[in-house]
Amino acid sequence: MNWVLENLPLIGERTLQHLATAVPPVVISFLLAVPIGWLANRFRRVRGTVLTVCGLLYSIPSLPLFVALPALIGTGLTDPSGVIIALTLYGIALMVRVTADGLSSVDLHVTQAANAVGFSEWSRFWRVDLPLAGPVLLSGIRVVSVSTVSLTTVGAVLGVKSLGLFFTDGIQRNIAAEIFTGIVGTVLIALVLDLLLVLIGRVLMPWLPSVSQHATRTTVRSRVAAA
Amino acid sequence: MIEFRSVTKRFGDGTVAIEDFSLVVPSRRTTVLVGSSGSGKTTLLRMINRMIDPTSGGIEIDGEDTSTLEPVKLRRRIGYVMQNSGLLPHLKVIDNIATVPILNGVKRALAREQALELLDTVGLDRSLAERYPNQLSGGQQQRVGVARGLAADPNILLMDEPFGAVDPIVRDELQRELIRLQRELGKTVVFVTHDIDEAFLLGDQVVILETGGRVAQVGSPSEIMQSPANEFVASFIGTERGKRALSIRRTARGRVLVDGAGRTAGVLVDEPATTGHDVDSAANSGADSVAQVTVAQDLGADATTGAVLDAAAGPSNEPSGLLAAEPIVR
Ligand SMILES: Nc1ncnc2c1ncn2[C@@H]1O[C@H](COP(=O)(O)OP(=O)(O)OP(=O)(O)O)[C@@H](O)[C@H]1O
Ligand SMILES: [Mg+2]
Repeated sequence: MNWVLENLPLIGERTLQHLATAVPPVVISFLLAVPIGWLANRFRRVRGTVLTVCGLLYSIPSLPLFVALPALIGTGLTDPSGVIIALTLYGIALMVRVTADGLSSVDLHVTQAANAVGFSEWSRFWRVDLPLAGPVLLSGIRVVSVSTVSLTTVGAVLGVKSLGLFFTDGIQRNIAAEIFTGIVGTVLIALVLDLLLVLIGRVLMPWLPSVSQHATRTTVRSRVAAA
Repeated sequence: MIEFRSVTKRFGDGTVAIEDFSLVVPSRRTTVLVGSSGSGKTTLLRMINRMIDPTSGGIEIDGEDTSTLEPVKLRRRIGYVMQNSGLLPHLKVIDNIATVPILNGVKRALAREQALELLDTVGLDRSLAERYPNQLSGGQQQRVGVARGLAADPNILLMDEPFGAVDPIVRDELQRELIRLQRELGKTVVFVTHDIDEAFLLGDQVVILETGGRVAQVGSPSEIMQSPANEFVASFIGTERGKRALSIRRTARGRVLVDGAGRTAGVLVDEPATTGHDVDSAANSGADSVAQVTVAQDLGADATTGAVLDAAAGPSNEPSGLLAAEPIVR
């Protein structure tokens, strides 16, 4: 406990670094995955290919990717941008599948009704398909968020700054409190971001009865596990 | 006016849903397409607003070939009401109704204002405006569906079994409401149903369809009821005949009409001959001994014999049943 109190400023700094590395991939991968997922859902022929590529992408182990990317883009090994890009790729890999599934889960009666009353394809996507895929997208981005926050710690092995450094440093110096801080901190960040996402979901999807969210989340979990 | 000209629709899998279908749908009247499942009713309806394009032949709206019109624009000026309302579950009632005007570029505030008025029009309380569709009963949802269909003030309203999924009492209510609305608004309504009673109740023109969209008979309800064009039509309306047959029963209060199930269908009223029609000129129609009794009503040009007309029913003097001889014809 002493260690924590003595190192509060450092813990704050590492927390911010962790967030700075973990949040951009979550946001960027969501923004990129939506159009790709739309393509995959809209054009049957590309669907298989896109989803396979995403599956393969997700299966690349993180550490080699963290090492290879900086070399590819010419940044230093300890620069967070390599980790950010790698985590974005994982996020995309996951979210594309979720987006495609989410869009295809929209009730056909509803989309046909939307067509019948005169939605153009563009306006239907923004005002009907995307909002109605919302619950699935939300559960997807929650999984991405949690896994990104936890994968961010792996970068510490290479010296990229995050709460993960507390594990590596704590293990080397044999300080249990430091290791513990790293773990608890990471879990807390994941929890807070998750809560934030749920709140955003509530605000953006006021038509949902709030109880159903647990159910959709579990289905995505199992979907992710199967992928 | 909507005109189908030798329309054929063959789907990708080879199904010929409609073959050489021609029909004129008069303006400001209700035309009902009635036929059993798979006869192509929905396909016909969807070809009007280009949800489906015909394989051959063409459809004209007020002389304009629809194939030259942009589908999305066309749909925005045609109201569409479907079974299970087809409301957008994520939009409040008011926003569902305002959808099409907003797509058409009407300012949001104005569109919502008009949506509230439409709630009045379809007989819903304005307090429902802020609810989501799943917070409404089936009947209420259908009313909202009708309100949405009317929102852009279209000339044409397409209705695909709009009352098919509600219970009989609510359906009855909705039918009456539609008759009232139609009397006020005078839209060109194309209504699809597989319920012949509903067809006769609502239709100024009824089109009886066989599979492949073959027209078995087109006519006013009374024309069809009096002289079914063929065996198919006879049996199609005949399956309901037992229910539809009305008989006169004398009661202390006067003569009432009783249907096959023994329920009172109405009171028999003679009107003075000033209407220009024969009052109860009974004539036996041979074999099936259904008495041809004219109940005097002011029928205008559409004089009907052999069918009892329900004065309350609506604009078109739809027959409410056939008057049978038993137990008594005066
Ligand atoms: N997209 C499609 N692809 C292939 N066949 C179709 C398609 N849509 C309809 N059909 C077929 O066309 C025929 C007419 O269908 P349609 O939906 O118009 O019938 P309907 O009269 O509306 O029936 P219901 O009363 O059951 O709604 C049916 O045989 C149906 O299977
Ligand atoms: Mg149908």
